[in-house]
Amino acid sequence: MTLPDPTSPASSHRYIPNAGEDIREMLDVIGVDSIDRLFETIPDAVKLRELLDIPGPWSEVESRRWFRGLAARNKTGADHVSFLGAGAYAHYQPACIDQLLLRSEFLTAYTPYQPEVSQGTLQSIFEYQTHQCLLTGLDVANASLYDGSTALCEAVLLAERLVKGKHKIVLAQSIHPHYRETVRTYLQNLGIEIVEVGWGEDGRIDQGALRAATDGAFGVAVQSPNFLGVVEDYEAIVQATEGITRIAVIAEATSLGILTPPGQHGFDICVGEGQAWGIPPQFGGPYVGFMVVREALKRHMPGRLVGETVDVDGKRAYVLTLATREQHIRRGKATSNICTNEALIALAANIYLSLMGKEGLRDVATQCLRKTAYLRGKLREIGGVELPLAGPVYNELLVRTPFPAGTILAALEEQKILGGIPLSMFFDGHPNDFLVAVTELHTKENLDQYAAVLSAAVSRS
Amino acid sequence: MTEHTKTTALEPLIFERSKPGRRGYQLPDLEVPEQDLDEILPAALRRSEIADEVEVSEVDVIRHFTRLSKLNVSIDAGLYPLGSCTMKHNPRINEEIARTPGFAQSHPLQAEHQVQGNLELLWTLEQTLKEIFGLPRVTLQPVAGAHGELTGILMVHKALSKSGNARKYILIPDSAHGTNPASAAFAGYEIKELKSNSRGTVDLSTLEAAVTEDVAALMITVPNTLGVFESEIKAMADILHAKGAYLYCDGANLNSFVGIARPGDMGIDVIHSNLHKTFSTPHGGGGPGAGPVGVSESLIPYLPTPTVERREDGTFYLDDSHPDSIGRMRAFNGNFNVLVRALTYMRSMGPTGLRRIAQLAVLNANYIRARLKKHYHLPYDAPSLHEVVFSDKLQTPHDVHTLDIAKRLMDFGFHPPTIYFPLIVSGALMIEPTESEPKEELDAFCDAMIAIAHESQERPELVRSAPHTTPVRRLDEARAARQPVLRWKP
Repeated sequence: MTLPDPTSPASSHRYIPNAGEDIREMLDVIGVDSIDRLFETIPDAVKLRELLDIPGPWSEVESRRWFRGLAARNKTGADHVSFLGAGAYAHYQPACIDQLLLRSEFLTAYTPYQPEVSQGTLQSIFEYQTHQCLLTGLDVANASLYDGSTALCEAVLLAERLVKGKHKIVLAQSIHPHYRETVRTYLQNLGIEIVEVGWGEDGRIDQGALRAATDGAFGVAVQSPNFLGVVEDYEAIVQATEGITRIAVIAEATSLGILTPPGQHGFDICVGEGQAWGIPPQFGGPYVGFMVVREALKRHMPGRLVGETVDVDGKRAYVLTLATREQHIRRGKATSNICTNEALIALAANIYLSLMGKEGLRDVATQCLRKTAYLRGKLREIGGVELPLAGPVYNELLVRTPFPAGTILAALEEQKILGGIPLSMFFDGHPNDFLVAVTELHTKENLDQYAAVLSAAVSRS
Repeated sequence: MTEHTKTTALEPLIFERSKPGRRGYQLPDLEVPEQDLDEILPAALRRSEIADEVEVSEVDVIRHFTRLSKLNVSIDAGLYPLGSCTMKHNPRINEEIARTPGFAQSHPLQAEHQVQGNLELLWTLEQTLKEIFGLPRVTLQPVAGAHGELTGILMVHKALSKSGNARKYILIPDSAHGTNPASAAFAGYEIKELKSNSRGTVDLSTLEAAVTEDVAALMITVPNTLGVFESEIKAMADILHAKGAYLYCDGANLNSFVGIARPGDMGIDVIHSNLHKTFSTPHGGGGPGAGPVGVSESLIPYLPTPTVERREDGTFYLDDSHPDSIGRMRAFNGNFNVLVRALTYMRSMGPTGLRRIAQLAVLNANYIRARLKKHYHLPYDAPSLHEVVFSDKLQTPHDVHTLDIAKRLMDFGFHPPTIYFPLIVSGALMIEPTESEPKEELDAFCDAMIAIAHESQERPELVRSAPHTTPVRRLDEARAARQPVLRWKP
């Protein structure tokens, strides 16, 4: 048995200040002769008799070596030109976001339970809530949810609470497949039926099927731009879904810079993924889910809300509010179980939205539109390449060739292009289709090269 | 908003700094032809503007957020003894490694051969957590403690359903975190609360009486929210298992026994660990976190998909082929870049360092307990591990309450402990110093607490009206809830 003596100098660790002399003095004050005595309530039968079998302790030098070695084995947007989207987008990340996130006072603070010493976090959330409202055209936003998929789960649960006796939700099949899978997981024991409605030839939701499916449903959720890249016609959807709670899902948040906001069209809830607002793709997380609702639904909201008030001297200040919805007060009857959320990522998004502002958000969206339209035009000229969906797009295209998507994408990868995401990862019957995303980061040369390499691959295959 | 509140704001809202014509960004040139937007996207689908959005420069933004940051206290600035929250030091090597471009710019839907580094990292983290938990599999998908709880209870539900009866109830002690009953409810269960005994733990007889054929699991925090270890944990597991029920452990307090004992060896079937607690990923003002869930053999078929697997040739892949899985808990692969930080931390600590975490966290908490027990009432005097819970019983005769003590601590430069929790203690002050605090800091904190105890007798008004030195003083929280103002309006 080789358990080290905690008071020996060899046991010290750079993250744990107290060592030999401190420990002995503290044990004296406590009145015991060893640290082991403090663990007597843990039965010997379950105590480890040896150290865990894991590597370390490593110095920073060793950690850098090993982790950088792993990172170097990835092929990513850092060393390739990436056209990958499908719910995670590479946009311009202003340098000052990360610098501000690394400020100790943001990075290493807890949830702002004590408002007198947390006004920085609280005011930032209040501003973030405001941005969400302005962008979506709805009235009340929360502090954050985990991501787009779980935000949709929370929205469905919220919608179900509003209506007694109806237990059916309609989901567009063109909502991100991971989001729909997550909804199925969340709802599996709650007695809620899920009905999915497919898309028509233009890639937009099938209106006839939508109208039929809403019968007996408490709510409906659609995504725009949808998973296939196509911008939905909110007005037509609203007309087909009278009298039920309407949920708009946004998986590409920069699209709100140019598309009409869901709130303007009679949607009750808008949920989505805020990653596109300057957050790196980072293999899927952490991202930031958002939820914005009509005024009348605010007391049904999941998650934290920050409100404005004053202190005893009349100074304006911010505080967590309407907490009686939440698990630490309502326990089993709360509107959600969420506690830890994505506060720091919401702060990053908040800084992004402030920097870009009214004009920048529009400019980013306009560049996405124009560059995507340019690539769409180039691809249309290539024999053998088909763009099967005629509907309007924002920054993502469904592309089809006569060959398996994997073959074509491998040819692009040879030229250091991450060329798209095969639709067959999510849908049967689409072996030759893949999704291609364009953002303001792509140069004309990137787009021309993409078309040229794709053209060569199609003629060669 | 009145002019008065505007002029007395600490820092204007970013919206109040906005001036037409200012800009905080520059995009690269468009380069492609400037095609008429009407030809690309019908005007009916486009908004004319984002009314009332801000126009500010980069200077405005950096000053604004820097000034806001200065209104926060943080663990980097000093002791932040929130009980159950484990506010420990956040090493900066973790931040640096998470920002490695090969991790940060990797896309979640990339082909497996392009992300072997990421998959190996996830697989390695699972191996490490398996060893720490003493359990045979771990899912890394949940992104928070409560998300892990939901994952774990959904697995229990699925396993029991498979054997014919999902059952109706989850047992939860009255000392539990609020997320436990909330998660159990969203997994489809009703809650039965178990009363704690005079030590603050659960009696075997109480458990035995409560475990009927309708009980799916006991959800218990070990050590509990008083910091007291459930010494009968193995016997509890036996009682549950004999009735076909599961033992779920809320691992929020793993920091107190990591490397000392393992949940799997205690008969625990499911545990989530908050990586933003025990494994030091920064709390960031309320997240992001990660809540991996370890499970015993019988629950493996129900793990969320995909799992990360290693082939014999040493390559790694994501495996979706688990027919009995509860499904996907979230889009993509969990909070990957939180997982990177946590694994960096585990490697920095190693087996000796992980054990030392628990030893020093428990020593520090017991030192505070020893120094303060003459000055504050200890409602449960059973030996505690990493946190200690006092009450305001000795102060209430002077009309000084827990909230007042908490606010007064701010004047001494400390963040207050968790207050009014656990609910089984009236006026609780729940103190968790963690292993990160040097003795000098603990002494300064104890001196401040003792000074406040004296002030409560001698100058109670000073304590009742605290804080006096913070950027704002006590807030009108009732007004915030009664007339909610949840956004800025022009």
